[in-house]
Amino acid sequence: MNNYFERRYVITGIFITIAVILLARLFYIQIVDDRYAMLAKYNVQRKIIDFPARGVILDRNEKPLVQNLQVYDIMVTPKEVQPFDTLEFCRLIGIDKAGFDKRLDKARKYSPYRASILEKQISVQQYAPLQERMQDEFKGFFAQPRTIRTYPDSTAAHFLGYIGEANDAAIQKSGGYYRPGDYIGISGVEKSFESVLRGQRGIKTLMVDSRNTQKGSFANGAFDTAAVAGERLISSLDIRLQKLGEKLMTNKIGSIVAIEPATGEILAFVSSPSYDPNLMAGRQRGNNYAKLAKDPYKPLLDRPIQAGYPPGSSFKPLDGLIALQEGIITPQTTFFCPHFYQAGNRRVKCEHFDGVTDLRKAIAQSCNTYFCYVFDKLMNAKGPKNIRTTLVDWKEKVNKFGFGTKLDVELPYERKGYVPKPEFYDKAFGNKRWRSSSIISLAIGQGELQSTPLQLANIEATIANRGFYYKPHLIKAIGDKKITKTEYTTKINVGIDTVYFQPVIDGMQDVVDHGTAVQARIPGITMCGKTGTVQNNHGKNHSVFVAFAPRNNPKIAIAVIVENGGYGSSWAAPIASYLVETYLRGTITKPKAEVNYIINANLLPPPPGWKPPVRKLSHKDSLRRDSIRKDSIKKLKSDTAKRIELKSAGKKKATDSTSKLLAYQPKRKEDE
Amino acid sequence: MNNQRSFFFNVDWLTVLIYLALCTIGWFNIHAAVFDETHPSLIDLDTNYGKQFIFIISAVVLGSVILLLDSRFISGLAPVVYVTTVLLLMVVLVVGKNVGGNQAWIPLGSFRLQPSEFAKFSTCLLLARYLSGVNVRITEFKSFLMAAGIIALPMLLIMLQPDTGSTLVFCSLIFVLYREGLSPYFLIIAGLLIALFVLSLLFNQLYLIGILIILSVAAAFLLRLRREGLVALAGGLIISIAFIFSVNFLYNNVLQPHQKSRIDELLGIKTDLRGAGYNVNQSKIAIGSGKLWGKGYLQGTQTKYAFVPAQSTDFIFCTVGEEWGFAGSIVVIGLFMFLLLRIIIMAERQRSPFSRVYGYGVASIIFFHVIINIGMTIGLVPVIGIPLPFISYGGSSLWSFTILLFILIKLDSNRLGHVL
Repeated sequence: MNNYFERRYVITGIFITIAVILLARLFYIQIVDDRYAMLAKYNVQRKIIDFPARGVILDRNEKPLVQNLQVYDIMVTPKEVQPFDTLEFCRLIGIDKAGFDKRLDKARKYSPYRASILEKQISVQQYAPLQERMQDEFKGFFAQPRTIRTYPDSTAAHFLGYIGEANDAAIQKSGGYYRPGDYIGISGVEKSFESVLRGQRGIKTLMVDSRNTQKGSFANGAFDTAAVAGERLISSLDIRLQKLGEKLMTNKIGSIVAIEPATGEILAFVSSPSYDPNLMAGRQRGNNYAKLAKDPYKPLLDRPIQAGYPPGSSFKPLDGLIALQEGIITPQTTFFCPHFYQAGNRRVKCEHFDGVTDLRKAIAQSCNTYFCYVFDKLMNAKGPKNIRTTLVDWKEKVNKFGFGTKLDVELPYERKGYVPKPEFYDKAFGNKRWRSSSIISLAIGQGELQSTPLQLANIEATIANRGFYYKPHLIKAIGDKKITKTEYTTKINVGIDTVYFQPVIDGMQDVVDHGTAVQARIPGITMCGKTGTVQNNHGKNHSVFVAFAPRNNPKIAIAVIVENGGYGSSWAAPIASYLVETYLRGTITKPKAEVNYIINANLLPPPPGWKPPVRKLSHKDSLRRDSIRKDSIKKLKSDTAKRIELKSAGKKKATDSTSKLLAYQPKRKEDE
Repeated sequence: MNNQRSFFFNVDWLTVLIYLALCTIGWFNIHAAVFDETHPSLIDLDTNYGKQFIFIISAVVLGSVILLLDSRFISGLAPVVYVTTVLLLMVVLVVGKNVGGNQAWIPLGSFRLQPSEFAKFSTCLLLARYLSGVNVRITEFKSFLMAAGIIALPMLLIMLQPDTGSTLVFCSLIFVLYREGLSPYFLIIAGLLIALFVLSLLFNQLYLIGILIILSVAAAFLLRLRREGLVALAGGLIISIAFIFSVNFLYNNVLQPHQKSRIDELLGIKTDLRGAGYNVNQSKIAIGSGKLWGKGYLQGTQTKYAFVPAQSTDFIFCTVGEEWGFAGSIVVIGLFMFLLLRIIIMAERQRSPFSRVYGYGVASIIFFHVIINIGMTIGLVPVIGIPLPFISYGGSSLWSFTILLFILIKLDSNRLGHVL
């Protein structure tokens, strides 16, 4: 003990004060501040997403339309790579040395400890020789199994759609569900049923150390969830019909839609030209997509719901039905057809000298005159001054058939078609400066009318049902659960009494039996149909045929459109008849050569900017024998003569009436 | 008190108990810090905790041997031990093994000896021997110079290694000098200088000087200082201003880059969680994520998965904080404070000044280690590589702290005997 004894308290005080400061700080970071617990979790927990297999899509008989194919992504962890035979490895996975070095560099830059993708989607066959050698020879590499879409029959591309990596917009919209690199349905059923098909992701929480090496699962996997595979979809498509339709439409532009009238189920959904859906899966998807997008025939366009065509004469049964319902005509009403219909100072020509024509005959022979009279009477029923309201009424009646409105089929980007409003004509002709004769082309399904092939087929289903339709749809069941949406089981009435269908259907039966579409007749099956030849300002007319069969208790309603095909009877009608017979009977009784003729026909218009090839004359040409030369000169002379004749006729046409021109046109006995 | 009590009863068993408790805590936490499922056994000589077990056993043996020594022998041996240590500190500069930038280790077979650890108790011994001498008054300039020299010599040699952490440990001996009569101004001035150092790094120097001048003028008027007071105030002001300017020079030219960045991180001047700030940030995450009760023994993820560097040596407190939580932190700090207060009590009950001075030396050194080590793991002081006594992994440090503490226990057990 000495004089400074009391200083022990000062020192003790200092010691205790500093210890309290330490404890206060510890209290703050351990108890008050929650940030550190979160950061620790972030440090050691890695959420690994376990991707479920995407649901498969089947046809109505449960035959697969799209399945999953096992492929492997080759992954690399740069830090674990040991010297190996690079060339051999590159050969096995099918890339070159330079590309390999580049990718390995990229992976190394991303992270030496974390695995990154070296090559995507190696097939099972390619992986097999690699598998055994990966562990011993190629250290640091491993294969991660995953699935891609595969289409065993390469069919129904537009219906099925395709999947691809989610873009930024889709990621944003999903509210963080998708991440860059995730796959998402981009079109078709893959898009509309994304939430069902994608299944439920599993999440595993793994523990990692400071070098990101895995150290087992968090809490022994107590919080992990298993992936649940996507539901399988049973579609309404009939794969047999679909394949035949696509085959018949080879090298033609157009679509086929077939509907089961009793349910509204879509049996065939053909858009042509089509593409092999397998092109949109796998490694070459990007390249293939670019190629398809550039194609002048637009194979990516989903024509059954996105293309708009004037219905042409296939619209006439609808005309007749509305007129009957309105009491404008009775089945017995007749008009005289003098070969044309005089609408103001214009003439709508009619191909047939039909004379006195009633409704049944008018439909069978596709008489333009008859339907122009009917339409004129209809439009002026409330007096010519009220044509605006009459047209609005008429538009509503047409819309009731689903024409000009969306049918809400389960596919994205459906168009609604077009039925003109009075305002449209105000713009075209001036306010109140148009009347029934100005819009007479509506009577024969031309003019401004635009309908999708799906709408045309739906109108047929309505006629087949004698006055109602079910919403057309493509998916019958999700998983094992049949879709029982009330939407699909409610009859939608189109506002035409059943009795009025009788005369129209009679007419449509005549079309096939002895009218404009006798080629489509199937012995033993009563089919009712209507041809259409749609005027096309850009090229050859479009060939249209709509039908349903059999007449009593119809099983199938169909619409076929072949662009640039000319008459409805020449292409669309036989195609429809083959499909109907295949669906009802399972075989085609027509000679195989006839079917093959249609399959092999190429009706594609020349692509824009196309010029016929010109052969350059060579030295050899001048050495040809004189006789041949003389012949050719003679032929040339006669050709020029003909051409001059034609030219003069053309001049006359400009000054004379249009009837002169008709003289030079080939005789046709068909409809407009 | 009973003079006739045997030696056995005179040993302060409470201190020995705390010592053993701390060693055990250290051993378990080292086990947890380097735990590996493939070596689950607690005693496995390939691992740090296996080796630590051997260190603990040998340290206990060493402590027992010290308890059997004669007190007079200890006092007499002080100069010899001091000189030997200083010689070793010189030797290490020549033949030492460089680990982590410090030439601090003398290789001896499979073990390595760290002379700077032994310099701690040898300096304490010689300081105690000198200050307990007749006619030595610390208030006298000559005596103060001598005492300062005893402390400064090993500091200088250790600084040459360079081992900043161990060098700074000797600064804590200012508490000993204070207890023996050093003017309290030394403590106050030291505190003020540290504050000025931090402030001048954080704020613009000119503002700081301006504020100091305003404060001084205000103090002069408010306190109505007389002549001597004014002179002292003016002198203090001039010294402060000179110090502020020298801080910049010191900071930029004397400190090494890693020391600068550690100070920057601490003061929040720069933040680089992947570089200089990584250690402390991960250490804070480990301790902070322990919450109240901790994650449980061997359940700490931060330490087990190697996010915290040097986790069994300098950052061992992370394991305590993470696996045992705030409760564990209180226990460890509480044990240390209990030990320190016990040492002060022991020091004050000595009859001989030698034992008292030595006791305060022990308390100061242990206190400094504990505060700096734990302080750096929670981001209160810059990262200085010094171990946590009795707990951190390492033979040299455990033995040197054992010797340090057990010499005191031995001296204490003899307190009723003859005066040295």
